Amino acid sequence: MISIPSFKPLLLSAGIALGLTASLSGFAEDAAPAADQADDETIKVGVLHSLSGTMAISETTLKDTVLMLIEEQNEKGGVLGKKLEAVVVDPASDWPLFAEKARGLIEQDKVAAVFGCWTSVSRKSVLPVFEELNGLLFYPVQYEGEESSKNVFYTGAAPNQQAIPAVDYLKDELGVERWVLAGTDYVYPRTTNKILEAYLKQNGVAEEDIMINYTPFGHSDWQSIVADIKKFGSEGKKTAVVSTINGDANVPFYKELGNQGISAEDIPVIAFSVGEEELSGIDTGPLVGHLAAWNYFMSVPTDENDTFIETWHAFIEDPKRVTNDPMEAHKIGFDLWVQAVEKAGTTDTDAVENAIIGLTTSNLSGGTAKMLPNHHITKPVLIGEIQDDGQFAIVYQTEEEVPGDAWSDYLEGSKDLIGDWTDPINCGNYNTQTKKCLGAEQAAE
Amino acid sequence: MSRFGFGGSGSVGVMMLGLSLLLVTAASSAASSQGADHLAPSSAIDIRVAQLTDTSFKIKEAAAQAIAETGAETGDPRAIPLLKALLVGDLYYRKVDDRIVYVAPAGNSSWALTDALSGEALGDVGRRDLRKITVNNRMRSALRASIAALTLASPDPQLRLKAAREMIGSDDPVVISAVRAQLAVEDDKPVADALALVVAIADLKQPEADSRLTAIEVLHGNLYPEAHNALNALLGSEEDVAVRAATKAALDAIDRKRQLNGSIETLFFGLSLGSVLVLAAIGLAITFGVMGVINMAHGELIMIGAYTTYLVQQLMPGLTEWSLLVAVPAAFLVSGAFGVAIERTVIRFLYGRPLETLLATFGISLILQQLVRTTISAQNVVVQNPSWMSGSLQLNPGLALTYNRLYILLFALIVFALLLLVLKRTALGLQVRAVSQNRAMARAMGVHSARVDALTFGLGAGIAGVAGVALSQLTNVGPNMGQAYIIDSFMVVVFGGVGNLWGTLVAGMTLGVANKLMEPWAGAVLAKILVLVFIILFIQKRPRGLFPQRGRAAAD
Repeated sequence: MISIPSFKPLLLSAGIALGLTASLSGFAEDAAPAADQADDETIKVGVLHSLSGTMAISETTLKDTVLMLIEEQNEKGGVLGKKLEAVVVDPASDWPLFAEKARGLIEQDKVAAVFGCWTSVSRKSVLPVFEELNGLLFYPVQYEGEESSKNVFYTGAAPNQQAIPAVDYLKDELGVERWVLAGTDYVYPRTTNKILEAYLKQNGVAEEDIMINYTPFGHSDWQSIVADIKKFGSEGKKTAVVSTINGDANVPFYKELGNQGISAEDIPVIAFSVGEEELSGIDTGPLVGHLAAWNYFMSVPTDENDTFIETWHAFIEDPKRVTNDPMEAHKIGFDLWVQAVEKAGTTDTDAVENAIIGLTTSNLSGGTAKMLPNHHITKPVLIGEIQDDGQFAIVYQTEEEVPGDAWSDYLEGSKDLIGDWTDPINCGNYNTQTKKCLGAEQAAE
Repeated sequence: MSRFGFGGSGSVGVMMLGLSLLLVTAASSAASSQGADHLAPSSAIDIRVAQLTDTSFKIKEAAAQAIAETGAETGDPRAIPLLKALLVGDLYYRKVDDRIVYVAPAGNSSWALTDALSGEALGDVGRRDLRKITVNNRMRSALRASIAALTLASPDPQLRLKAAREMIGSDDPVVISAVRAQLAVEDDKPVADALALVVAIADLKQPEADSRLTAIEVLHGNLYPEAHNALNALLGSEEDVAVRAATKAALDAIDRKRQLNGSIETLFFGLSLGSVLVLAAIGLAITFGVMGVINMAHGELIMIGAYTTYLVQQLMPGLTEWSLLVAVPAAFLVSGAFGVAIERTVIRFLYGRPLETLLATFGISLILQQLVRTTISAQNVVVQNPSWMSGSLQLNPGLALTYNRLYILLFALIVFALLLLVLKRTALGLQVRAVSQNRAMARAMGVHSARVDALTFGLGAGIAGVAGVALSQLTNVGPNMGQAYIIDSFMVVVFGGVGNLWGTLVAGMTLGVANKLMEPWAGAVLAKILVLVFIILFIQKRPRGLFPQRGRAAAD
């Protein structure tokens, strides 16, 4: 029997919904004091990181990082004689909401630059907005490449700055011959694994020595997959797992590895999305020896890093909080942006875009990060082994920084493409063979 | 290119060579070392031990190797404990003078030091005055091999067994001859078996067909992966017809056993996934199945149970082993209290209006999530696993069942049995059934139906909390964790038949096993989709699920 719904409960749920929205937007406004006050005296900086939903775990930290960097810069006197002002919004791990919030930041708040996004799908969602409204986005997370936008600066690693060197390390230093490519089922792992598969095959690895496996977001039942990996790894050849498993699915994955008795000496797992922040949710005892490839570790032994950690602990008022790779990427992106604005003498998007290319700043591992014409930066590649205190012991580091490559050299559709946002090319997907810019038309997969 | 590089594949050979050297010297010193003077050559160990403070893994690896060799040569008793401590990361050095020390906690975040070489007590220091000697994967495998070589002739059979297992698959002639020598005098059955296995795998490469045949006989049906790999390799290269046939037979025997193992394993994985589904769904079977309330906040009640486990562990630090026993009743009470509160403040006004209940409880689920985010943290929290929940039960060399899954399977069955008892054997159970079958009649008979409603909802919520305790041992505890289980729970209850607890049990287990049967060939993503499609089709055919309620009560 279907009854006509009465209004009372509907009003109730509407009230609940309203209350929630109010509480969320109230949060955003705390950090963004009255919008129209003192428009000329401050430069606004947008912070577009999820503060609720699945990704809040990782992204909240990045919001705090940007706020810390802004506070630090304001203590130094701001930029162009003006104070910086953060405009924090919460896209709530909801991809379309990212685009909406980005539009609000650029059109209404008129921010000079935005620091934000974590997942590739959120970046893809805001990309058309930034291109349409000519905004500036600094994207701090390692990603799958195959992209170079005029309006985006990629301060995280491209595949050639993380995935390829990691595989080389396993192949050359540990003598790995069989490969399990395990990932979460979305664009970053799929593209990365496509690149790695092509790379491994070019290096003479046979089809039957590669096992590829995808799991949904938040997967928690790893029993049969880990059993399969164990079987695959016990057939005589040295085996390693290259993991692009993202987010908190890693915790039950590593727990299952430990419980089924797979140690890092038998089958090492190298992860591209597991950093100090993710490990702070696990007992790392059984994981000792498993690996991660990043461009920064909290354990990097430099003075710059010690200062950064001290500043972070003072800002967040918790000496137990860890630092991680995307935080360093935000720091580098922020430094470069400040320099570019000072150099250009304005926050105008086109002027800053032109000024920023070629600028350098010191990274936290004792080297230099340089903004390249393809809007990626130079980064060292570090490989660390997990220790029982949740930190990484660095076991490998490239001597020089590796320049980020927007378009992979190992995929058919993209090996001839480059991104170059300087004259005369000025194009994100320029084909060096046909000498043509593909423009908005997507490169063939 | 690399700052920390080691020079590639050559070093594995170096390691094997080192191992051989060790064994030669171990064998030769076994006879003479008893009376050897430890003091003179021990200075060699001292120098090597000092090198462990180096930052280069290459130097540390060489130093560890040298310690092992010196230990074997001189029978220096300090070598094995040193290497063992290094392997598990228990070796530290003092920052002020680089002295290598063992540490033991001395309370109040201070540590008691013992000099690793002289055994001299060095007093207590704080954590910051010490630095750990780190090792990497290469060093760990080298250390394992060294320790195995040093302990092969140890008086402790457990150590000998460990050493023998470590050597399975080795084809180094020196290692093999040491193993043969040990096998000749070995009197412990399991150790002798392991040693025989090492020898047999190596003997597959003997030139005489007869020795190969004897070796194959030993390996017949052996489940160690090394045995299978060695036989497989032999099958590819063997020319002698008789040996080929024997190899084939031995491999077939292994494959048959492996298949059996595989089936048992899949069944166990399925039942364990099923037990998680049953645990998550069984509370819903009460609130939705018995009371007819579509409770979208069910997942959040599970989450509250998991957070209760976390809080209990925070309140009793150092008692992780027992915390779960406290957490189960605590989670039942906390989630149950939340359930009663939700029922009294919202749901009781909405009985008979499923659409509104759905919306209101969905709102409650968002409120509960945000409540946890603001009061505890948006980040996931760490729930410790007691040691009895880690590791696995080794049934045979090819089959191990993980303890955490095993216990949770048992736990799910116990919870189910208890719930059944409550509903069938207690006054509350009788009243719950009466109210759910005919509210008006029950009230006429003097049942206080409002109170029963609140208690029933509280019972369902409490069971959800108990499920949260179990899930906290398997997966992440965070504000969103409930969302992952709400769909699965409804699926199980609807599939099993609304209002039937046995249906929930059978449905959960069936879906778990079906999922795991499909996973190997369909992948985790597709398997889930297929299960969902199957349920949709099944519901078309039998709208009331596997075990529909019969009789007048069901015909409303």
